[in-house]
Amino acid sequence: MKTLFDKVWDAHVVTEVKDGPTQLYIDRHLCHEVTSPQAFAGLRERGLKVFRPEQTTLTADHNIPTMNQESPIRDTISRFQVETLAKNARDFGLTYYGLGNPKNGIVHVIGPENGYTQPGMTIVCGDSHTSTHGAFGAIAFGIGTSEVEMVLASQCILQTRPKTMRINFEGKLNDKVGAKDMALYMISQLTTGGATGYFVEYAGEAVRNLTMEQRMTLCNLSIEMGARGGLIAPDETTFNYIKGRQFAPKDERWDEALAYWKTLKSDYDAVFDKEVTFDAAKIPPMITYGTNPGMGMPIDGTIPRLEDIDNAGKISFEKSLKYMGFEPGEKLEGKNIDFVFLGSCTNGRIEDFRQFTDYVKGKKKADNVTAWLVPGSWQVRKQIKDEGLDKILQDAGFEIRQPGCSACLAMNDDKVPAGKYAVSTSNRNFEGRQGPGARTILASPLVAAAAAVTGKITQP
Amino acid sequence: MEKFTTITSTYVPLPIENVDTDQIIPARFLKATTRDGFGDNLFADWRYDKEGNPKKDFVLNDATYSGEVLVAGKNFGSGSSREHAAWAIGGYGFKVVVSSFFADIFRNNALNNGILPVVISEDFLSELFASSRENSKATVTVNLEEQTIVNNETGRSESFEINVYKKECLLKGLDDIDFLMSNRDKILEYEKKRIFSYE
Ligand code: SF4
Repeated sequence: MKTLFDKVWDAHVVTEVKDGPTQLYIDRHLCHEVTSPQAFAGLRERGLKVFRPEQTTLTADHNIPTMNQESPIRDTISRFQVETLAKNARDFGLTYYGLGNPKNGIVHVIGPENGYTQPGMTIVCGDSHTSTHGAFGAIAFGIGTSEVEMVLASQCILQTRPKTMRINFEGKLNDKVGAKDMALYMISQLTTGGATGYFVEYAGEAVRNLTMEQRMTLCNLSIEMGARGGLIAPDETTFNYIKGRQFAPKDERWDEALAYWKTLKSDYDAVFDKEVTFDAAKIPPMITYGTNPGMGMPIDGTIPRLEDIDNAGKISFEKSLKYMGFEPGEKLEGKNIDFVFLGSCTNGRIEDFRQFTDYVKGKKKADNVTAWLVPGSWQVRKQIKDEGLDKILQDAGFEIRQPGCSACLAMNDDKVPAGKYAVSTSNRNFEGRQGPGARTILASPLVAAAAAVTGKITQP
Repeated sequence: MEKFTTITSTYVPLPIENVDTDQIIPARFLKATTRDGFGDNLFADWRYDKEGNPKKDFVLNDATYSGEVLVAGKNFGSGSSREHAAWAIGGYGFKVVVSSFFADIFRNNALNNGILPVVISEDFLSELFASSRENSKATVTVNLEEQTIVNNETGRSESFEINVYKKECLLKGLDDIDFLMSNRDKILEYEKKRIFSYE
């Protein structure tokens, strides 16, 4: 009677430290330019090599422009950080997908699309949204830079075993409701700290019906309710997605892998430390109104009143609304917005672009809206062109930028100006996340599309 | 890593909930390739105005409050996994962060940098905020060996949890890499006997 999480975890235990954490073996390690330089510097100081170089892959994504990537990066400090990553790749013998490489892209987009991400693996990266890879039935979680150094040095990490939680989405989703709405709904119910200390398994009919892209969106946002990670049992949808991708197992290895992967599900009598069930049919298209992802509501909903907030939370609630320029009890539907951002590791995959394009087809971008459409990777960008989506988007007044994290975290050039409202398909609406003073409203690609053509917060 | 000893210190109160790592250190400061200098930008957007002048109403700019301990509202350190948040807190000079709840990754990152996260009850946390309002020179004593924290204004004390291994590491000033490197044989053995091996 093991949960899926237990099966994968137990298969990776190297040893239990007496009165301490578990030493866990890591199958795949992904690195980017921002959280790795100090780790490589640490290795040099200690005179260590990378223990299993073939299990680490590097990409540049956070700190790069999404225009004119052909020319050298203008910001000298950013350029130095990206060059440092390239140098570390050379010095330590690691695979690196730099700017201009057809495999370059956001770390959590390129892992799955190249077949690096597989069921039953342990996957880490110095980035909290590593939980994305859990969509394949992997234990995937974000780590800090000291931990990046540990993995480079030993292919292991020390972790305390988290508790397990299962979140069931029973029944069917409504039309125009997708994984992003499921996630924002779930976080608004459970709060941003609601799953701290847990690893979550998503289950139920509505989850099984999701495509791989949508499953990644759901798992991606696990971290926003404090969970260590989230995972979904692999099934035919998963296997079909992986088959034939570059680093997927081939021939007899595929059969062997498949036989093993099919055992990766929670036993019917497995017990979780906590179990929560949602009715999928009750989930509406969602938006956020505040400065954490837990402050979500239906598009036609009203912001809570001050008297609905408990005393300890009042200061934070008022601070948050003041930052957003909203009033308690206010309705947001019909409000003007300034920016739309389609992209990030949450919603920067091909399906997100298909949905957005499908909605704006034959319509026109609103004049008051600046739209940033940023594919998650060069492969996504290529697919957008191959499918002719770029033409449709162009006719509607949109242009496609080059891949990167872009306005998800505003450490590159793509910053929303202070006081402006951005309907964003990314994952965080924190103060300043999209630029100092920027006001973020998180939403699905469909809601973002509706906002882009009306210039307002609108039902899709 | 420096050894952690018992600390008695005044503390800086930050009674805000859900302080995320983007507030602790905004992304635009993450371009560095070393661990140094992050303390200057700790809570940058709350601390400085657009011109870079200190904002008077933020507690770090209020000279009446100081110390090696930061006392913060519930769910401290949520959001991004950036260890830069821990470097900023350590770089500023904090050795202990007290809250009623920490986000997981932040807690790990703090411990890996010799900063002790101390979890106390909501009630005790409110009391600490109240004590510092009345007396900005109020102190706490944090004793890692005994796993206790005392509000020296009222004498109230609480014990806190820390895993035995991490406690040893902090007390001795050792880190995880030293430990993992000494375990090399076990890793090689694991690689030979695992049930499924990915290429
Ligand atoms: S898109 Fe955003 S959340 Fe995803 S890896 Fe990049 S910065 Fe992190």
